[in-house]
Amino acid sequence: MTGWPEGLERLLTTDPRDVGCDTARAVLHVYVELLAAGIDAAEHYPGVASHLAACDACAEAADGLLAAVQDEGLHGGPQPG
Amino acid sequence: MKSEGSESLPQVRVVSPEVARENRAWVDDLSSNGDRREFASRRLYEVLLRAARAEVGRRAARLRLVGPEVDDIAHQAAADALLAICGKVETFRGDCKFTTWAYKFVIFDVAAKVNRHFWQRSGVAFDDDDWDRLPARLGIEPEAHAESRELMQAVHRAVDENLTAKQRIVFVALVLNGMPTDVLADQLGATQNAIYKMMFDARRKLRTALVDAGYLAEQQIA
Ligand SMILES: [Zn+2]
Repeated sequence: MTGWPEGLERLLTTDPRDVGCDTARAVLHVYVELLAAGIDAAEHYPGVASHLAACDACAEAADGLLAAVQDEGLHGGPQPG
Repeated sequence: MKSEGSESLPQVRVVSPEVARENRAWVDDLSSNGDRREFASRRLYEVLLRAARAEVGRRAARLRLVGPEVDDIAHQAAADALLAICGKVETFRGDCKFTTWAYKFVIFDVAAKVNRHFWQRSGVAFDDDDWDRLPARLGIEPEAHAESRELMQAVHRAVDENLTAKQRIVFVALVLNGMPTDVLADQLGATQNAIYKMMFDARRKLRTALVDAGYLAEQQIA
């Protein structure tokens, strides 16, 4: 094998733990705060981790959310009141 | 795939007292009236706009989108997210920083707007049935196309013989045409979750068919 079925393997491989978009999105804010704190979020939420590995839309959103949280960490968040 | 909610997700996480205080201030301010609410909304808008701009920038660079409409998207997304957040502020459970929860709205709003914009620009029809695109879409280098032809034909056959009409539409739109899931969901009047589930079942069926036909090895899952 020259390695070319890898893309196909990646596309067709499914994980029964995958929770789907709705469940992943419902906890994405908590998941991302764990990541930002250096905590193993995948260990706490294996079904969400599995989903993010397979769903580009949710993975991209998780990246964006993490970037926003980290940016706030760097610049100091807004103070309410 | 697990049915929705079947994974026992811890629902409430404990945040620090300082974060809890900040969160309560945001919720109280946004739930109040008059100047207090107005002032909090304006502050939140600035926070959302900053995140929206960063997110639009991140996505636009990848999709090679440029022009004034890119910054318009950031402003619209921040405004739409603010409206959604103010309407749902009582559903905030306090299991993270308020701003993290708020960012979630703006990130998904930016995604929807950028994806729609990207798709309109691409000029591709979601049901365009061009199977010559498959190797490139699977990341197969041009020099390996000849070698991969038999496998690609097997995939095409497996799609035709094993998928339902709906699953086939989803496969063609997402895989052959690179349509973003949220745009396809809008097009079909379905939720993203439903589209994902359809594609998940299609992926499983195709893999089984290709294993049975001897093209792929059995899946080894941890
Ligand atoms: Zn998803």
